[in-house]
Amino acid sequence: MEILYKIIETLLPFSWVEYDFMKNALLAMLIITPLFGVLGTMIVNNRMAFFSDALGHSALTGVAIGTLFGMVNINLSMLIFAVLFALFLNKIKRKKTVSTDTVISVFASLSMAIGLVILSRGGNFAKYSALLVGDILSIKFNEVGMLFVILVITFVFWLLGFNKLYAISVNESLAKSKNININLMEDLFSVLIAIIVMSSVKWVGILIINALLILPAAASRNMSSNVREYHLFSILISLFSGITGLIISYYIGTATGPTIVIIAAIMFFITFLMSQVLKQKS
Amino acid sequence: MVKVNRSIGRIKSAKLQGEACGLHCIQVKNISVRDGANVIIEDINLHIHCGKITVIIGKNGAGKSTLIKTILGEIKHDGTIEFNDLKNQTLENLKIGYVPQYINLEKNNPMSVYDLFASFISNSPVFLRKNRKIKQQVLEQLSVFEAQDLIDKRACDLSGGELQRVLLSIAITPVPNLLLLDEPVSGIDKVGIQLFYHNISKLKSNFDLAMIIVSHDFDFVREYADHVILLDKTIVKEGTPDEVLDSEEFHRVFG
Repeated sequence: MEILYKIIETLLPFSWVEYDFMKNALLAMLIITPLFGVLGTMIVNNRMAFFSDALGHSALTGVAIGTLFGMVNINLSMLIFAVLFALFLNKIKRKKTVSTDTVISVFASLSMAIGLVILSRGGNFAKYSALLVGDILSIKFNEVGMLFVILVITFVFWLLGFNKLYAISVNESLAKSKNININLMEDLFSVLIAIIVMSSVKWVGILIINALLILPAAASRNMSSNVREYHLFSILISLFSGITGLIISYYIGTATGPTIVIIAAIMFFITFLMSQVLKQKS
Repeated sequence: MVKVNRSIGRIKSAKLQGEACGLHCIQVKNISVRDGANVIIEDINLHIHCGKITVIIGKNGAGKSTLIKTILGEIKHDGTIEFNDLKNQTLENLKIGYVPQYINLEKNNPMSVYDLFASFISNSPVFLRKNRKIKQQVLEQLSVFEAQDLIDKRACDLSGGELQRVLLSIAITPVPNLLLLDEPVSGIDKVGIQLFYHNISKLKSNFDLAMIIVSHDFDFVREYADHVILLDKTIVKEGTPDEVLDSEEFHRVFG
């Protein structure tokens, strides 16, 4: 830990680096943003933006259930609820009787409302409002370590499963004809999203987490012509937005999450304009 | 036409399996699919030999796509699908190739033909550097249909015919026992359609596989089909193209 802090201080001789909470936040950014950049590519491809949004909102229910049952570890109740919720949504999606977006929306609203009702008993909701916007500056060093473990898990999953997931997103029947287990891969991916969203929602905020998942990938799509570029640009845009957002929010005293979102959105518009100009030229 | 002839030459120079032996057969027995109380298809019996083109015709809602997806194993059904080797009298695992009607591809989808191809045939992650061996294999397979120049193009920029040839190459990597094509020429221009039919007949004579094609193009049916099945929830009429296309049942359905 001390070594990492030393390295940061040597590399970045700025006043904000003197504070340990800023160093922790910076380390967290260096992990969360590439993670979101990578995950976002597949979420956008599979048109799962609604799904990941619903998962983010279900964090409230997880917290509510945890407090209701007096669980010591609220993180655990959040995680368990989100994983079950994700698998449940997949199951409903496969019935294919109602439009998926509608179904997800119905259950997301319900779960959020239940969470809010439980948490607001006795007019106590203010205690939990930090969850909505998140607070990256309160992250501890060991929590950064946890995020790093998740980053490694994601990378391994991506190495082993990306092609299959990608094939499914192109055409399910075609994937099936190549003996790809569609349900298994979709469930694994959904569980991974649930784990990542739940382990970072406290720092990034329920209201903002989906924007951080979608925006870098959407911006990257404007300028990529293959999957390699898609990943690379998405990670770079995500990293850039995260770190500049952190620094700017420090200097002008704003909440970090929303500041990052604004920068990511600006990146989206810049890449969009670039792609339009390039298209006109050719 | 010049292009067509060249592609025929290509197929000959590509990895050949030799002509179909006619000794493999696929038996579809008593297939029925229900959705609740609703019967979608019922009592389907098919006998398909390698080297033969079976074409399924029928109106919209007759259950053609359902039958294709059932053979693919995607839909719960009654009945069995068996693959027999008549030479060795054994039951084998059926390898199926599939050419879908469409794929999810909105504009500005950053997917190159290599990405598309490699994700289906290999585990070498396509978000990392291209794997040279896989790339070689993709090029080889694409060249069967004269599509090797498309490898670095974005799939969403291809014409209908080009995408079709890429999907065909994917479907025959590795060479399947049974190739399923679901309305393969929708959205393809005239030249593309001609080229496609030539590719199909060359596949038939050069690879050891059976084909089931869903089609609306009766000229194609007359010229290329070995066996025609008229479907309307169940098999209404089957036989040679002339037998089916001139039958009373055909005129009743399409009348």
